[in-house]
Amino acid sequence: MIQVRIRKHYPPGPDSCDFTLELDFLAGRGVTVLFGPSGSGKTLTLDAIAGFVRPDEGRILLDDEILFDSVRNVHVPPRARRCGYVFQNYALFPHMTLRKNLEFAAAKHPRLARHRRVNEMLERFRLTDVGGRLPHEVSGGQKQRCSIARALIGEPRLLLLDEPARGLDAPLKAELYSALNQVRAEFGTPVLLVTHDLEECLELGEEMLILREGRLAQMGTPRDIVEQPASVEVARLLGLYNLLAAEVKALNPARNTSLLRLDGCDLEGPYLPRHLIGDRVWLYVRPDQLRVLPADVPPAPNRFVAQLTGVSQRAGSVRLHFEGGFSADLSLADYTAGKSARGWTVEFPRDCIRLI
Amino acid sequence: MGIDWFPLWLSLRVAVLSTAIAALLGIWLAYLLANRNFRGKEALDAAVTLPLVLPPTVLGYYLLVVLGRESFLGKIYESVFGAPLVFTWQAAVVAALFHSAPLLIKSARAGFESVDRSYERAARNLGASEWRVFWRVTLPLAQRSILAAAALAFARSLGDFGVTIMIAGNIPGRTQTVAVAIYDAVESGKGTVARVLVLVISGVAISILWLANRLGPRRAQA
Repeated sequence: MIQVRIRKHYPPGPDSCDFTLELDFLAGRGVTVLFGPSGSGKTLTLDAIAGFVRPDEGRILLDDEILFDSVRNVHVPPRARRCGYVFQNYALFPHMTLRKNLEFAAAKHPRLARHRRVNEMLERFRLTDVGGRLPHEVSGGQKQRCSIARALIGEPRLLLLDEPARGLDAPLKAELYSALNQVRAEFGTPVLLVTHDLEECLELGEEMLILREGRLAQMGTPRDIVEQPASVEVARLLGLYNLLAAEVKALNPARNTSLLRLDGCDLEGPYLPRHLIGDRVWLYVRPDQLRVLPADVPPAPNRFVAQLTGVSQRAGSVRLHFEGGFSADLSLADYTAGKSARGWTVEFPRDCIRLI
Repeated sequence: MGIDWFPLWLSLRVAVLSTAIAALLGIWLAYLLANRNFRGKEALDAAVTLPLVLPPTVLGYYLLVVLGRESFLGKIYESVFGAPLVFTWQAAVVAALFHSAPLLIKSARAGFESVDRSYERAARNLGASEWRVFWRVTLPLAQRSILAAAALAFARSLGDFGVTIMIAGNIPGRTQTVAVAIYDAVESGKGTVARVLVLVISGVAISILWLANRLGPRRAQA
């Protein structure tokens, strides 16, 4: 269990602007992901936990040991923290073979025990055959596994991973995920993983922390966060939703509905408890939940003709971008069939509309 | 006509000794300058650079003032070793040291600074002490630059003239290094001696340059 409550201020410099990291969170067993855009303080958080960066104030508690406490002036040096760190570039020592890299990390064990542990780790991470090679002589996946093995060999109480999947192609990512699942299953070491890839959060994370401009924006399971972002900023960061500003025009608790005015047209939405007529709200809906129909379908509630501004191709579908700043997904076949028509009608299904 | 090879041997001996001392001191100083933040770092950096920009005779003059028989350090040396330092071959070592160490420190520092910080961080994270980080990670990774720096420092100590003549003088058979001997030979019209020594030294210098270039740029990177 890691408990972090820190503040770190960076005054504006010649090539950086004023930045303050201010966090308070607790991460338990399993994989916790730190998600956020570049410059939100994710890596800085890892560096503070590992001891490379000394916060201005606060406290870091790992299990029951104080790693940092500004009040008591405690700052445990990185070497004594037992937080395994997998660096973004893996940082395998280029002048040592994979085996030597592991031996370096197992130095505290006596020779025989060390030899046995290194062999065991090489085997567990399928590196036995390449143990005698230098890092630049092995594949990306092997380097990755070796850096995880190296971080784990000292039996850390916490494993920190800094964007381990950055710049990896799909097969290597899959390999990384399986290696991390192995860590979870076989070692049980709590993991704190930094990423700006939402897929990765959903794939690996049991708990998710969203960082924005040095602050915690939301915390919860990845599924909950994706389903119910706590703020417009979080919804925007997730990049999953159309976000539209709307005004509450009418509320009908009896029918459990509401009427929302949206840029000149009215939409029927779900009932909004704790809102008043005239409130400004944000409406969010996933592009794949919108229905796109040809322009000549008969009018119906929540349907309106929209002006197409752009089209982007996706793996199995087409994403249509409309005037008003929203987009909708359409299968390739439907798009080809309707393309010749003059316009599109978009329907916002009532049940899919959600509000912040 | 016989050529006196003494200056060549003396120069080699002086260069080897001064390079060894420069390497011991210089690598440590370079590491401090590259990796640590401390008070007076700027001043130390300036002090290390100064010998590079001062004319050698000026540097030699300062050393003469600081190490001369009447100076504080000179007296200490004399009371410990029983003989003065100036105008001995040991003084030639000091001269070569001051002439070459700044170059070594500059290059070694650049070498240390070119080592990716994440390797050192990784080593610390894996429980290594600072001592171990230095010997097992930083130094091996900067090894080539440091060897190249040492080669350049060796070449520079081999050829020092100005500082040597100021504090070691020109005593044939005792403190006359090759550079001084060449000057002496030309002055007294011994053309052959000068030519032979010039050719030998040029050969040594070119081999060192070749060696330094081979060591310098190529580095195994993962």
